[in-house]
Amino acid sequence: MNKPLRRIAIFCGLLVLALLIRDNWLQYVRADELNSHRFNRRVLIERYSNERGNIIVDGKAITGSVKTDDSDFAYKRTYVDGPMWAPVTGYASQAFDANQIEKLEDGILTGNDDRLFFDRTMAMFTGKKKKGGDVVTTLSGAAQKAAYEGLGKSKGAVAAIDPQTGKILALASTPSYDPSTFAGNSEKDSKAWVALDKKHNPDDPMQNRALRETYPPGSTFKVVTAAAALEHGKITDIDEQTDSPLPWIMPGTTTPLVNEGNIPCKDATLRDALSFSCNTVFGKLGSDLGKDQMLETAKKFGFNAEQFTPVRSNASFFPEEMNASQTALSSIGQFDTRATPLQMAMVAAAVANDGKLMKPYMIDQLRAPNLDVLSKTEPEELSRPLTQEHAQMLQSMMETVVKDGTGKNAQIPNVTVGGKTGTAQHGENNSKNPYAWFISYAKTDSGSPVAVAVVVEDSNANRDDISGGGLAAPIAKNVMKAVIDSRR
Amino acid sequence: MSVVTNTTTIGAIEAPSRRNTELGLLAFAVVIPVFAYLNVGLALDGKIPAGMLGYGLGVGLLAGIAHLAVRKFAPYADPLLLPLATLLNGLGLVLIWRLDQSPRLIRRAEALFGAYSPDAPKQLMYSAIAVALFVAVLMVLKDHRILQRYTYISMAAALVLLILPMFFPAVNGAKIWISIGGFTIQPGEFAKIIIAIFFSGYLMVKRDALALASRRFMGMYLPRGRDLGPILAIWAMSILILVFETDLGTSLLFFGLFVIMLYVATERTSWIVFGLLMSVAGAVGVASFEPHVQSRVNAWLDPFACYQTDVTGACQQIGDALLSFGSGGTLGTGLGQGNSDLIGFAANADFILTTVGEEFGLAGTMAFLMIYGLIVERGVRTALAARDPFGKLLAIGLSGAFAIQVFVVAGGVMGLIPLTGMTMPFVAYGGSSVLANWALIGVLIRISDTARRPAPAPAPSPDAEMTQVVRP
Repeated sequence: MNKPLRRIAIFCGLLVLALLIRDNWLQYVRADELNSHRFNRRVLIERYSNERGNIIVDGKAITGSVKTDDSDFAYKRTYVDGPMWAPVTGYASQAFDANQIEKLEDGILTGNDDRLFFDRTMAMFTGKKKKGGDVVTTLSGAAQKAAYEGLGKSKGAVAAIDPQTGKILALASTPSYDPSTFAGNSEKDSKAWVALDKKHNPDDPMQNRALRETYPPGSTFKVVTAAAALEHGKITDIDEQTDSPLPWIMPGTTTPLVNEGNIPCKDATLRDALSFSCNTVFGKLGSDLGKDQMLETAKKFGFNAEQFTPVRSNASFFPEEMNASQTALSSIGQFDTRATPLQMAMVAAAVANDGKLMKPYMIDQLRAPNLDVLSKTEPEELSRPLTQEHAQMLQSMMETVVKDGTGKNAQIPNVTVGGKTGTAQHGENNSKNPYAWFISYAKTDSGSPVAVAVVVEDSNANRDDISGGGLAAPIAKNVMKAVIDSRR
Repeated sequence: MSVVTNTTTIGAIEAPSRRNTELGLLAFAVVIPVFAYLNVGLALDGKIPAGMLGYGLGVGLLAGIAHLAVRKFAPYADPLLLPLATLLNGLGLVLIWRLDQSPRLIRRAEALFGAYSPDAPKQLMYSAIAVALFVAVLMVLKDHRILQRYTYISMAAALVLLILPMFFPAVNGAKIWISIGGFTIQPGEFAKIIIAIFFSGYLMVKRDALALASRRFMGMYLPRGRDLGPILAIWAMSILILVFETDLGTSLLFFGLFVIMLYVATERTSWIVFGLLMSVAGAVGVASFEPHVQSRVNAWLDPFACYQTDVTGACQQIGDALLSFGSGGTLGTGLGQGNSDLIGFAANADFILTTVGEEFGLAGTMAFLMIYGLIVERGVRTALAARDPFGKLLAIGLSGAFAIQVFVVAGGVMGLIPLTGMTMPFVAYGGSSVLANWALIGVLIRISDTARRPAPAPAPSPDAEMTQVVRP
């Protein structure tokens, strides 16, 4: 009877072996996958188990953590001026996960990042409570306030960057939402969340318009067309008359391209054409350059690529396949051309920075709880859409726009300001409310400290080019002024 | 079977009783859980737990009594079985006590039942009763062969125990409980011992008939029809348990036990083939129409499928268990610092291994599995050493049942096989389980004592005096 007994012994050994192998499979091979599994509630519990690190603007925290009496989540996220900062911070909710900086830098904020290993170990030995690190942003509180308050109750967005470094200074989107209203996991929080949902709120307050909404850029895109004309040698003297008939019939069609109002566009110089915002001049320029040259310059400005600031910004769009008349329309920011406010701020910044486009970013430093700097973002050149000489020509033209043209509302005493207005029509037969645009930069003795793009979706916007100057330019002016004042 | 030859008048050399080895190991088996208890207290409250002295004394006292009983009534017993069982029982108590203090489980209990009462004191009481039962087994059962007399009574008792739960309402989808007065009992736990007794007695008598009176067919020995009867009866019964009590675990345990014992008794591989074919056929057949079994199989195939569809349902149990194991990683979170209580349902019973996995990590879980493996192998060793076929069959039956139970529970919780409602021996909360398993260890210790006891010195030959050895 002993032979079968030995075999049964082996069989029982195999049963235990199977369990051991399975255990290794689960707890060693698949440990990381299961540990960070999206259904694993421990991820959330861990995120809120300690005081979460803060997001810092101008040395002050715009976020906070409060202790709760919840059994799963020890702390809850709070926000200072939540609606104003929401496009920067994103949200961190116990019930609804997190996004933007709160999600991307979760490791630092919770203190679980590998770079904080030493701090964790020290805290373990010294018996101190584990705390998350801080995320120091590049934003300017004054500029953000000017942008958010300037937009007020209207629907729109502002993006402002420092042209010399690419630091994002303001990023506002209205209507906004307060991320503290759904930071917890109670019934009240889910009601707030549902109410903000796009399905229940047609204004879509949770959309980050500054980074994620692409608008037809309208006449502000003429800056890109002008840059393309200069770069590809189409125009060498901005004060020389162009060959621009009026009316101008778009190639391959019988439709004339019209200007807004009765403006002197016939054979206008490039400077005057930009100043009056002549559709005919820029439409013809774009169509003469051709789609390939237009596309090349647009791409150099950052079109057709997502930007990671590190929060992702949607790719702006300049069409790749189109005929001559579509190229003409695209060159004045209509047809399928679409741009995010950040993209148009980048256009203004590249011009202001003498043709050098810096990569936009909003996280300056990651800091350990003991204020040690874990990493610092260094400014990085993204591309050179135009030469210094051409950039300065374009600056001169944009400054004329503000001095004598459509952008007078952006003038700041004792400061050189260059800008471009725009009004984009959209919808079937242009039936929907137009978007009022304004892009601009300010210049001081030490170069340009700020470039800004403002877009306002507003029913009050007139359908002429003035509305960009009327609605958007004052907001841009206040943002630029705030930056200049805070640097003084 | 080893036959001790007594060709000389000199008695066999006294085999070491190994009782002191057992005492030394028992000291570890008591000290380790006491440290674990301290660990939980420090992790949860930051101070030495108040009940530590009581707990340590309690477990130490139980171990001491059990040891004295073994010393007195089974001096030659296997020295490993008692310490291993004590260690598991002690650690089980610590784990239950740790889960008692989980705010999540307390809140859950209050929400579901209106009140919450800690399980650890009850489990300590059950353990005390179980050790008393263990001592009683050793005292009453002077020789395991006595059990052979109760072969058919055992069969009747086992049938009653297995059928009884059918008349009681289902708890959590499975009919495996009976309630008498305020107590609920899981008769299946006791049935596994009683049924092992019946199989041993039955097979010992019939094994020759089963093994030899068979026809050869395609290289396999087919049993005669009349010998097949009891086997088919057992098979049918396990299928019936599966259908009417929706208890996958018990029926698997039950049939596996029978196949193992049949194979050992007859030494015919064909029986294993038969057994496996029949159990597969039965399981597949039942799974095709029984929704409870079906849902278990589906949850096993895709543990995370129902997270989107069914937010509160029980089908998340297996997924939660896997997440718990994964979160433990190699070294675990440390006692008291995991979140295995997220599983909610039966956290300290069927799913207690997830707490082991999360808080002791891979290292600790493997240690637990190895302890179970050691108990099984000591049981098999006892079977090998036993001198009588009944003892051999009973020992292999009990250790086989133990091994299958561990595999079914641990494999189910770890997602190796579909989940079944069974308890982790000694560790999981539950009176029936602790009682039955201590009784099982008691019987194994009794058999091992008989097996290792030196053969009695042969009676002095009456004519020894008269024989003169003439030495040249």
